[in-house]
Amino acid sequence: MKARFLVATAAALLASNVQAKTLVFCSEGSPEGFTPALYTAGTTFDASSRQIFNKLVEFEIGTTEIVPGLAESWTVSSDGLEYTFNLRKGVQFHSIKGFTPSREFNADDVLFSFNRQFLKDHPYNKVSGGNYEYFNGMSMPDLLNQVKRIDDHTVKFILNRPEAPMIANLAMDFASIHSAEYADKMASAGTLDKFDQNPVGTGPFKMIAYQKDAFIRYKAHPSYFRGKAAIDDLVFAITPDASVRYQKMKANECQVMPYPNPADVAAMKKDPSLNLLSQEGLNVGYLAYNTKVAPFNNRKVRKALNQAINKQAIIDAVFQGAGKIAKNPIPPTIWSYNNATVDDDYDPAAAKAALEAEGVKGLKMKVWAMPVQRPYNPNARRMAELIQADFGKVGVEVEIVSYEWGEYLKRSKDTDRDGAVLLGWTGDNGDPDNFLAVLLGCDGVGGSNRAQWCHKPFEDLIQKAKIVSDPAARTDLYKRAQIEFKKEAPWATIAHSVVFKPVRKEVTGFKIDPFGGHSFYGVDIK
Amino acid sequence: MFRFLLNKLVMIVPTFIGVTIAAFSFIRLLPGDPILLLAGERGVTPERRVELERLMGFDRPLWEQYFSFLGDLMHGDLGVSIVTKTPVLEEFLARFPATIELSFIAIIFAIALGLPAGIIAAVRRGSVFDHTVMGVSLTGYSMPIFWWGLLLIILFSGTLGWTPVSGRISFMFFFEPVTGFMLIDSWLSDQAGAFKSAVMHLILPSIVLGTIPLAVIARQTRSSMLEVLSEDYVRTARAKGLPPWRVVGIHALRNALITVITVIGLQVGVLLGGAILTETIFAWPGIGKWMIDSIFRRDYPSVQGGLLLIASIVMIVNLLVDLTYGLVNPSIRHER
Repeated sequence: MKARFLVATAAALLASNVQAKTLVFCSEGSPEGFTPALYTAGTTFDASSRQIFNKLVEFEIGTTEIVPGLAESWTVSSDGLEYTFNLRKGVQFHSIKGFTPSREFNADDVLFSFNRQFLKDHPYNKVSGGNYEYFNGMSMPDLLNQVKRIDDHTVKFILNRPEAPMIANLAMDFASIHSAEYADKMASAGTLDKFDQNPVGTGPFKMIAYQKDAFIRYKAHPSYFRGKAAIDDLVFAITPDASVRYQKMKANECQVMPYPNPADVAAMKKDPSLNLLSQEGLNVGYLAYNTKVAPFNNRKVRKALNQAINKQAIIDAVFQGAGKIAKNPIPPTIWSYNNATVDDDYDPAAAKAALEAEGVKGLKMKVWAMPVQRPYNPNARRMAELIQADFGKVGVEVEIVSYEWGEYLKRSKDTDRDGAVLLGWTGDNGDPDNFLAVLLGCDGVGGSNRAQWCHKPFEDLIQKAKIVSDPAARTDLYKRAQIEFKKEAPWATIAHSVVFKPVRKEVTGFKIDPFGGHSFYGVDIK
Repeated sequence: MFRFLLNKLVMIVPTFIGVTIAAFSFIRLLPGDPILLLAGERGVTPERRVELERLMGFDRPLWEQYFSFLGDLMHGDLGVSIVTKTPVLEEFLARFPATIELSFIAIIFAIALGLPAGIIAAVRRGSVFDHTVMGVSLTGYSMPIFWWGLLLIILFSGTLGWTPVSGRISFMFFFEPVTGFMLIDSWLSDQAGAFKSAVMHLILPSIVLGTIPLAVIARQTRSSMLEVLSEDYVRTARAKGLPPWRVVGIHALRNALITVITVIGLQVGVLLGGAILTETIFAWPGIGKWMIDSIFRRDYPSVQGGLLLIASIVMIVNLLVDLTYGLVNPSIRHER
């Protein structure tokens, strides 16, 4: 019987393969799982939230603009404490083996998706480890007072304090909407963990098979509310090595790949079978001084050191062209980026004179080099060596230090830390607050604010921007904050990476995601 | 024979306990905190850290964690991965068939070429063939696997288009796994071309993975055969007028095989432990890559569970090798 079923399935698949459009994406690794709220890796979000699920509000593919998702529209109360969402009608969840939805998406699904993370006594709170790192990281437990069902198609989020980036937070992957009906079914069957292994969403693709470290297979959701995807089958071919991914692209074994080797980029540009898309990444790499420790507590010393760094040489040697000089603490792809900011000129002579004028002679300092590769810093050791040479030219002796990654992150938070730290950040929600408040706000001192910098004029600007809901007013506040930052120079802003994305010429409609993700809705094959 | 087997089995118990201690402690001796690594640049608040330590059981003393690990082990529970939140045994079993399949074909390839090459090189000692075998095997043994794999991919997949680049089967084929072994599953699927696709996908990784064992087996066979061929009983057999194939194939080879089997056994153990580089290059979903990823993430349960399972398999392979000695050489099984 089983054999007959397999034969029939195989025959059906073969027959459908004749006409079906299949796109193979050579992904870089296995997802940690399929419930986005439980995980933090981009690889996981690519495999789950970006194909299988929708959020109430979403980032328009290829931009950081917020567009309606499962909520058709929303209103914010005048005090900024209540967000009311009008939900879309007629949205269908996926049917998978063992579950066929009996109803359309409604407010219960929204309540389930958030309350699972929010309420400690929720039946699903502890399932699959129960770690909701992004929900916690975005301070949602402190921020949320209640998620309230008004009617089948209206929900209200009541906050404890105004938070202008709230809408952007709800477009993040952890805010993916799951089926409450499916959750109930798994709970009554006593198989709660299946809920996270066999995902059911409303997204453009439904997952049909996953083999760890090998592949993930998806089929287009026929009743997707924005219309069925142009491709019928989507396959993630898990291929960890970048050179092998490139070979697979050349052999047309896959049509889109992430993270090419910098060394392969030149050949990819010349390859007639490929289109090499590129965009600045939503990230920043920086050198953070410890502004609590002399002489780095002196703004003029920091400015002088910034003038000593030859950033172009770093872009050429470390990024091999796949980077751009950073002058602001936020990347140019984020709204409110202040293009009028003037960067510190590379001028070693002026830097040396400025240091002498401040009485800094024979300065010895440490520069911390990360032990790992990151998009915002592909080779921290090399970067540190270049900075060492640059600082040497102005009479500053640098000792390069490094630690195991976990230790590095921990020790670099110390307020009495010795030395300047190389680090960076990749944006989560496209909101400037996600960079400026997290990395430079007073609350982050002793934590994510590695410069240990708490500067009242800057802090006032970013705190005000948190509670103002008018986008124009927020933009103005953040632009002023960037000028204040540049004046005070708690960091040397080094670079934003440039993301390259090779796609085969047959592929149309693929857009680079500023968040580094990969979405295949709207993509077609000629 | 029974006593021989019993002795070997009794020896396994202290070894197994030693392995649990090693598996538990080694990963904890490495610097690095799994919670900090999971949190990354985003960090974690002190309150959240305490909560996570409690959830993961890291708030308890080390000895208590070890005995809890042992207790769970007695119930067949290897714990749950910190990263994926799935049971370690499930993670292991999902990948192990791929590793066995690749290792099996690679070792068959290595034996099929290495054994005859070693025998012929020994019989024709000093000939061009002998020098060629020794030279090629030294090159094979010294070859950086990553470079060798990429070279073969660029030549056979990229330039000539004879073999697929990576993976276990073409994405044209899709069927529910029955055994986890792609050769068997593709055969059972009845999909035209699926089996051929699975075979084609195995060729390059098997060659790459089998290269070092092939070199080791060829060299070991040659040196053992040379030693045995100079023994008195071989000279006697020749003097009695036995045909050369019988002298070499039966009298000499059977005795030379003892050391060759030891080497093969060790190689099988190494291969089953996961061929990290080969698996990474060929996107082969085996346990080697999984173990390395788990170590980098300080995923304690996965590392200790995985190490324990791999060590158990190596112990079983060694036991089988010991038993094979008895089959090949009866004097061993009669030893007291």
